[in-house]
Amino acid sequence: MEPLDTHDFTDDDALELPAEPMRLNMGPSHPAMHGTIRMVLDLDGETVVNVDVQPGYLHRGFEKSCERGTWAQVFPYTDRLNYVSPMLNNVGFALAVEKLCGIEVPERGQYYRVVLGELARICDHFTCNAASGMELGAFTPFLWLMKVRDWIWDVLEKETGARLTHSFGRIGGMAMEPTPDLAMDIRAILPEIEKVVVETETMLVRNRIFMDRMQGTGVLSKERALELGVTGPMLRSTGVAYDVRKDSPYMVYDRFDFDVPVGEDGDNYDRFCVRMEEVRQSMRIVEQALDQMPTDGPVSVDDPRMMLPDKERVYNSIEGTIAHFKLIMEGFAPPKGEVYSFTEGGNGELGFFIVSDGSGTPYRVRVRPPSWFNLQSARELLIGGMIADIIPTFGSVNMIGGECDR
Amino acid sequence: MGEMTFGGAGEDANFFTTKFDALLGWARKYSLFQYPFVTACCGMEFMAVASPRYDMARFGAEAPRFSPRQADVLWVVGTVSQRQGPVLKRIYEQMTEPKWVIAFGTCASCGGFYDNYTTIPGIDKVVPVDIYIPGCPPRPEAVLDGLMLLMDKIQNGNKDPLVVPPRELPKLAQLRAKKDAKP
Amino acid sequence: MSKALLDRLATLLGDKLLETTDFRGDEVALVAPADWHAAAEFLRRDEKLAMGQFTDLTAVDYPERAPEEPRFDVLLFVRNPETHKRLRLKTRLADGKTLATLTDLWAGASWAEREVYDMFGISFEGHPDMRRILLYKEFEGHPLRKDYPIDRAQPLVPYRDADDTHKLPPFGVDEGQPFARTDWSRRLEGLDAQVSPSLAVAAGQRASLSSEEVHPVHAPEPAADAAASEN
Repeated sequence: MEPLDTHDFTDDDALELPAEPMRLNMGPSHPAMHGTIRMVLDLDGETVVNVDVQPGYLHRGFEKSCERGTWAQVFPYTDRLNYVSPMLNNVGFALAVEKLCGIEVPERGQYYRVVLGELARICDHFTCNAASGMELGAFTPFLWLMKVRDWIWDVLEKETGARLTHSFGRIGGMAMEPTPDLAMDIRAILPEIEKVVVETETMLVRNRIFMDRMQGTGVLSKERALELGVTGPMLRSTGVAYDVRKDSPYMVYDRFDFDVPVGEDGDNYDRFCVRMEEVRQSMRIVEQALDQMPTDGPVSVDDPRMMLPDKERVYNSIEGTIAHFKLIMEGFAPPKGEVYSFTEGGNGELGFFIVSDGSGTPYRVRVRPPSWFNLQSARELLIGGMIADIIPTFGSVNMIGGECDR
Repeated sequence: MGEMTFGGAGEDANFFTTKFDALLGWARKYSLFQYPFVTACCGMEFMAVASPRYDMARFGAEAPRFSPRQADVLWVVGTVSQRQGPVLKRIYEQMTEPKWVIAFGTCASCGGFYDNYTTIPGIDKVVPVDIYIPGCPPRPEAVLDGLMLLMDKIQNGNKDPLVVPPRELPKLAQLRAKKDAKP
Repeated sequence: MSKALLDRLATLLGDKLLETTDFRGDEVALVAPADWHAAAEFLRRDEKLAMGQFTDLTAVDYPERAPEEPRFDVLLFVRNPETHKRLRLKTRLADGKTLATLTDLWAGASWAEREVYDMFGISFEGHPDMRRILLYKEFEGHPLRKDYPIDRAQPLVPYRDADDTHKLPPFGVDEGQPFARTDWSRRLEGLDAQVSPSLAVAAGQRASLSSEEVHPVHAPEPAADAAASEN
């Protein structure tokens, strides 16, 4: 064996290997890419030097498909936008068309929308936090929160008929009346949900590993967030208290007493905590809504130009048949014009910009997707971090493919 | 789900090969490693199937393997867009035999109601499919039906594609019978 | 509601502000494409307007307006994070013309403009990264234009031949719901039919966008019709 040339080991330059950034492809099919996103990373060792986020792998032509049917036929497409909180999308679109027509839904309908919408929001935040935890290795909270999500879906199934994609909103109200057991079912599960939230927080929020991985990673500043158009829990975690339900209250949100959780640092940990806290606030809203909701009264506007008549009237009266026929075949015709209506979706300001040419077919339906602009910020959050930081950051951006790519 | 009687083991079957094939089929079907190619809303029901209530683990099918080389079943969950087509094909090609493909949901089976310029009308235009689970999204019970159909297929060595038929949940069937019986 | 905003914009822009509308509480200001960046800059930098939060940027296609009037409407939605006021800036752009990018004012415009380019074909001058975002680079055409037929697919992977394994796909390659309400290629030729496929066929048009030939549809026999109406 030859003796080692010791002088080579003291010369640091000789030990440095020449390195160009390595290009690595992440996605579109990847466990940490919720849904499907492709990221082309330029890496210097483990540090991300540059990243090109390429969305669009779930582009399903929502906007073009809306131009093909009637206004009511848009509802199933909206369900599949933010598919973890479908009720919020339904209500958002219904509100946009109602704004265009200048009508307001009866009070009971508005409370019903609020109750189901907030349940959907709870599901959204649970899914995001559960998946975040799971990707960091905490599989158990994922299972706990999925268990809770199933309870909520049971309630939604009882009300609307479907667990996930209900298409329950209608222009002018909701598809059907609430079941008589609505309040009882929800009140039965709310305390259980609270217990599971406490369990999950005990497991994660003060957990050393969780804190190390989530704190200080994916930091977004307030000014940058506003410029980028980031909204929702991501914006609130940076310190801006912007919640559409408080700023421009729609439906009956001004009657509820709830807080808007706001973070400080704009990192992943804050986003996680903001979402957990928002779940609690949503539960408060649901309780208050159930207390205040009128127990009888119409849920939808009683206008045959807009809402389908009951089946009994359709089959037994000529007016019912004609109204039904016209609504199904030609579609409901709102006045000509364009409006932008925005609500608080699970990820932020969910806006619908609709253009009507006075016919039963929408001329243009543009959805302002909160996850699109939130995802746009992901590039800045990831540069300078390590590959392992991509996982919690991307998880807390909560990019929902259906909404992002539409 | 009754036993499906299909072709079964190959033509030169003798007692030992059939017994061996049966053993192999039994081993394979109860230890399926999934490749969850999850894109869209059906992913939520996929997560629900993996959750405690509908537990896929009792079928031995809960282990996700994110390397195609290590996976047996390609679960294509959700809409596959034209842009995603080459990706799906590449992943299918990278999987090693024996492999099966489950088209989870209507979009994966036939494109769903996304009849437009950007959706592949069913992944069978890109990869051969073994089990179609219709539904938008399918109920977890339907997914488990599909999984059990796949397990039967694996046991029997059947190569034909199968579609999960709609079934009524026994409880709902009873409720409906009661309602219909009322005067 | 916030007429003050529109007034302030009128003061700053003078003649360049072509029109303002207030429909259902939405304030919209119309400018010419040449003044797009200047108007947006006022929205961002002026102390009274101070629209620091970017909301959205999109376009609408009105092909029937062309060629007399510009075909596209490009819209900018912005918000003031302090006063919570919103404003919409609109411009009318002709086909083939480009518009100045707003990425120097709001970083959020970057992806929105890329999407408008992808879907409508409107290029933004000065954009750092003008390429397709939702669709793939091999895609030809811009889908949200009204003259792009919704079912013209451009597969990246050629569809498999069904006979290649011993099975048949559940549906044919080109099947789906043919319930087109507005056939835009017909509309632009002035020959369109609304409502239902059978009416379209009765008028001599295609039953659906996804079929080239007219499917024969059984028209009700006049005798049977009379018999039915007697009941």
